Amino acid sequence: MTLATPPKLRFATVWLAGCSGCHMSFLDLDEWLFELAERVEIVYSPVASDIKVFPEGVDLCLVEGAVANADNRELALQLRARSKVVVSFGDCAVSANVPGMRNLWAGVEGGSRQSVLERGYVELADTGAQHPHAPGIVPELLERVLPLHELIPVDHFLPGCPPSAERIRTFLEALLRGEAPPMEGPAMLGFG
Amino acid sequence: MTGAQLPVRLSINGLVVEAAAEATLLQAIRSAGLQVPTLCHLDGLTPVGACRLCLVVIEGHPKLEPACVTAVADGMVVHTHTPELDTYRRMAVELFFAEGNHVCAVCVANGACELQAVAVEVGMDHSRFPYQYPRREVDASHPLFSLDHHRCILCTRCVRVCDEIEAAHVWDVGYRGSSCSIIAGLDQPWGEVAACTNCGKCVDVCPTGALFRKEDGSGEKQPHPERAQQLVEARTEHHWHNQ
Repeated sequence: MTLATPPKLRFATVWLAGCSGCHMSFLDLDEWLFELAERVEIVYSPVASDIKVFPEGVDLCLVEGAVANADNRELALQLRARSKVVVSFGDCAVSANVPGMRNLWAGVEGGSRQSVLERGYVELADTGAQHPHAPGIVPELLERVLPLHELIPVDHFLPGCPPSAERIRTFLEALLRGEAPPMEGPAMLGFG
Repeated sequence: MTGAQLPVRLSINGLVVEAAAEATLLQAIRSAGLQVPTLCHLDGLTPVGACRLCLVVIEGHPKLEPACVTAVADGMVVHTHTPELDTYRRMAVELFFAEGNHVCAVCVANGACELQAVAVEVGMDHSRFPYQYPRREVDASHPLFSLDHHRCILCTRCVRVCDEIEAAHVWDVGYRGSSCSIIAGLDQPWGEVAACTNCGKCVDVCPTGALFRKEDGSGEKQPHPERAQQLVEARTEHHWHNQ
């Protein structure tokens, strides 16, 4: 006997300029991940697949992290073109958060990119102080770090640093039911 | 006629509310068990109407009025929540986030911040305004406390508590427009202002992580905004909260 099963929702998660904490919080969903795996097909994710190229025809994409370098920018544009629903997943995607703090140096000589590299790789280096330079391997930093919605249209925002597993679950359960996530109150909103 | 005036009756969100004639509209709203968000208001300090979050609709008035600095009047018909007010309040909070550098994740006040809480209250899930990333200073010249101007929303609670309750008047507001900032003394480093008594009241009442104790790390600030009102009551009613 065969029963027709509805096609699984094609689900992706992306990691841009963030600490991976939002993905760790996603993994904190623990056994609910088994339920999620029955409902969705994970087609791209740094924690749940080994596929290197963002695929076509994605239904739902969670994006952790700000847009801070050329690779982030390219992947963000690509995922928008290939996904029906894009979610800013966590404070870095929502507000640029900590990665965006170097934007404070935009107005100083050399700009934010030069300032952050100089501080990180030269001033604070114990040995071998040098700017990272490997064209085609190490992506170039953008001069201004952007929240995701300043580069591409975003359908939903899930704030938190990180959003708790409970918040992620409530959010995803609503979307899987075809409903708008209940984004109100301290359980679902709140930066930090 | 001298002495207390008769109370007034007004309508707030369809409820008939009785309030003392000298009450502010915000006091009347809260005494009726209703809520409007506020940031600059603090019980015990003179209201200033700076944050604009308590704006309400008063029927017959041509513009929105800040409830904290509006006197009640007999027969007033007030609405605290309309689609227009909800929209403006969320915009005002987004503008607070966009015009400063409020990075909750690494802030001393994370979890105890009134700006962070009010963002939840008004339903802010992101800022529709681009972040400005103003380059501001951190004044760490005081031996006990620091002032991080990146996190200051210019509510002026520190200015008022220092002037009205501590009577030291260390703080003021300097400069104009987007350069506007809290200044110590005659725009000096805080630690050089001899008038400062090191009482810490400004730190206690600051709604964000702008003023903090030096020993506080991320998420460790424990604000005490209630202390302003407690001190006023102690002085006027001789009722001490620690006895």
